[in-house]
Amino acid sequence: MIKSDTNRRSFIKKMAMLSAMTAAASMFPGILFATEQEKGIPKDANLDWKKGPCRFCGVGCGVLVGTENGKAVAVKGDPNCSVNKGLLCVKGYHQIMCIQSKDRLTHALVKKNGRYEKTPLSEALDLVANKMKETIQVHGKDAVAMYTSGQSTIPEGYVASKLMKGAIGTNNLDCNARLCMASAVAGFLTTFGADEPMGCYEDIDHADYFITWGNNMAEMHPVLFSRMLEQKTRRGAKIIDFATRTTRSSTASDRSILFEPQTDLAIANAICYEIIKNGWVNKTFIEKHCNFSKGITNMGYGLEDHYKFSDKPEKIDFESYKEFLKDYSPEKVSKYSKVSVKDIKYLAAIYGDPNKKVVSYWCMGMNQHTRGTWMNNLLYNIHLLTGKISQPGNGPFSLTGQPSACGTAREVGTFTHKLPKGVVTNEKHRRLAAKIWKVPYEQIPSKPTYHATEMFRAVDRGDIKFIWTQATNPLVSLPKTSRYRAGIEQESCFVVVSDVFPRQTSDVADVILPASWHIEKSGLYGNSERRTQHWDKMVEAPGEATPDAWMFIEVAKRLGFGELFPYSKENHVEEIYNEYRQFHEGAKHGMAPLEVLKKESGAIWPYVNGKSTQWRFNAKYDPACTNGEDFHFYGKPDGKAVIWQRPFEEAPEKPNKEYPFWLNTGRVIEHWHTGSMTRRIPVLHQAMPNAYVEFHPDDAKALGIRNGENIKVSSRRGSCVLPASINERGLPTKGQIFVPFFDENMLINDVTLDAFCPISKEPDYKKCAVKVEKV
Amino acid sequence: MPIKSYLAHAFTGKKEELLGALQKINQCEVVPAKNEDVIVLVTDTSNEIEEETLKERIEAIDSLKILSLVSGFNPPQN
Repeated sequence: MIKSDTNRRSFIKKMAMLSAMTAAASMFPGILFATEQEKGIPKDANLDWKKGPCRFCGVGCGVLVGTENGKAVAVKGDPNCSVNKGLLCVKGYHQIMCIQSKDRLTHALVKKNGRYEKTPLSEALDLVANKMKETIQVHGKDAVAMYTSGQSTIPEGYVASKLMKGAIGTNNLDCNARLCMASAVAGFLTTFGADEPMGCYEDIDHADYFITWGNNMAEMHPVLFSRMLEQKTRRGAKIIDFATRTTRSSTASDRSILFEPQTDLAIANAICYEIIKNGWVNKTFIEKHCNFSKGITNMGYGLEDHYKFSDKPEKIDFESYKEFLKDYSPEKVSKYSKVSVKDIKYLAAIYGDPNKKVVSYWCMGMNQHTRGTWMNNLLYNIHLLTGKISQPGNGPFSLTGQPSACGTAREVGTFTHKLPKGVVTNEKHRRLAAKIWKVPYEQIPSKPTYHATEMFRAVDRGDIKFIWTQATNPLVSLPKTSRYRAGIEQESCFVVVSDVFPRQTSDVADVILPASWHIEKSGLYGNSERRTQHWDKMVEAPGEATPDAWMFIEVAKRLGFGELFPYSKENHVEEIYNEYRQFHEGAKHGMAPLEVLKKESGAIWPYVNGKSTQWRFNAKYDPACTNGEDFHFYGKPDGKAVIWQRPFEEAPEKPNKEYPFWLNTGRVIEHWHTGSMTRRIPVLHQAMPNAYVEFHPDDAKALGIRNGENIKVSSRRGSCVLPASINERGLPTKGQIFVPFFDENMLINDVTLDAFCPISKEPDYKKCAVKVEKV
Repeated sequence: MPIKSYLAHAFTGKKEELLGALQKINQCEVVPAKNEDVIVLVTDTSNEIEEETLKERIEAIDSLKILSLVSGFNPPQN
């Protein structure tokens, strides 16, 4: 016993040591601590190390999890994984500590007479299936819905899609990735006809400039940011932080340029104006590889229920586009963007210099935007006009927030409009799905139904009578939770929640299903650089906790669809992945075989002839290019990418006399999303125990607000009380406040607005008008 | 039984001096960076009072420029 306690204490000391080394690495790129990180764990520990991807964020760092006597006891970065090369961030190092949390969900809970009763899982699944069946019989297929996650594994997303779209025959399936990267998807599809970035993380080793658009990578993607800092030190690469708030990323960058919220649209156009005006256009590239189009403007903001929008693209020529840009000279844009003419020209000159390689990174700042698709299009315009795309060190690169937002939400397609290959509106895609799923083609509906926001509006209206959520916490993460919490609490909807821990959303459930955490099951994730990563089950889950995929299969069997789900409990991950791979066969999206993924720390698709494709659309690297040219944007029928004419339009709600501040929300390095995992990790919780509201010091002074004082932040929708933070983590511009959303005790999303991009349907969490008062 | 980790920043050219001072303290475990004036410090004490006293003692070292807390654990004694 004494030896065991000594080992545990020694292990904790090692964890503390690694945390400090990680912090030092983010402050001093290239810092060396001899062989300490390799020592890892006490010498007398007998650990079995197994590889897998990290559970947090979309970077997809490779981790090695050390297990001893059936328990996960240590984590270290996988030195063989090209993503992180052995590095991990503070969340990554500590991730396994959350599964030891005392309030783990270990058994199914069923609400009876207002109280949760521990119930055998089999009985709870019977109830879920019966409720689903009964709802469909009485109210129709579209009265049942499923809301999944970018944290669901590829097999879980695939089975969810097959169950809802193929077996039941409803498109009432959407996921929380709608809230974080749907605008990137819509941007890639409208410009290139193919989703996901064309480049890979190796771009970091080649770029001369990294321009981050509204993206605090030092906190949200710290391992990638460390790699950028390393290149800054080694090669003199430059980092330009372009944002609405000064953050750790800004202070570590070579330049920080701040802009007024929403005006990124105008600045991107101003950069294009300058590129054309100064003759920096790569004429050969755009003549061979680009078309010009415009779409509908003044599309609204989706604020009303049942909002519908379809864009109507119209081809234009280069001269019309040039004429349109005349409204976006740096001099004109500077007046409302609060970015100097000099800085706009500085940014344009970086993109315009043919001898400099530029990667643009973005995440929520550009995506959570009421014109998110446009903003994505505009950034592609810059790279297309200059021909800086699909080459090592040159390209636009959208980062994701969840470990499988790409692999599961985007590639498997757990959105209402998606199928594992293509979209529900396309007959050819429906026929392929029907063939692989062995269901009648007519079974898959041809129209999308509810995207995330509209799905919870439908719950509130009483149109959806049954909803099943997995690995997500919508009552903390949706915008305007003040409406959707009340909506889901109504008796009209039967709520099933599968999760690892109790949280705000499970508090309103009729049935809570205990889910396995990621290392308690086998699975696959897909990260931001199109890398698919597999891991084997490492430890047993406690009690009756079960993989979500297997719970879907069990319910499918109870609904009478057993023959469509003939998978075995032991090998269902492998069987499902092999079935799913059929959707992507071919040079454009081929997925690596499972035996390769089991051996390696992931492979990038398209995986062709035993090789990952690192840069798509470039004939030098991508075997799917068949037009005989250097580049081939084969996602579009004519092989050409689209340069979109997209104007600046105002945000739906701007500060005024009554609500004088912009509210911006986001994340912090210590916590991951709604905090349900990281707040159960003592070291992370202690480091950042609660949310706060950041002020610019001038605003705080004018209002007589001091650090730590409680402040009520109110909008037209709701309010939230938080302690003030001045000159601490970040610095908002004057007239703006910032609040992180991880704290379920301080629900800032009661305050946010549920306006969304009409094309991507992704909400804007970065801009609404609020007032502040001392309480 | 707190275990805490810190980054101890030394004044320029004083890293070895700081390292020596920290190594003399029983409850401290140190790993110096090879190429920066920074030392990773892990403290292991019996209770919060002892931890506070230790912290005061460390902060009194002349060669120490800044002591910044990175993480803290408080595992049970048994």
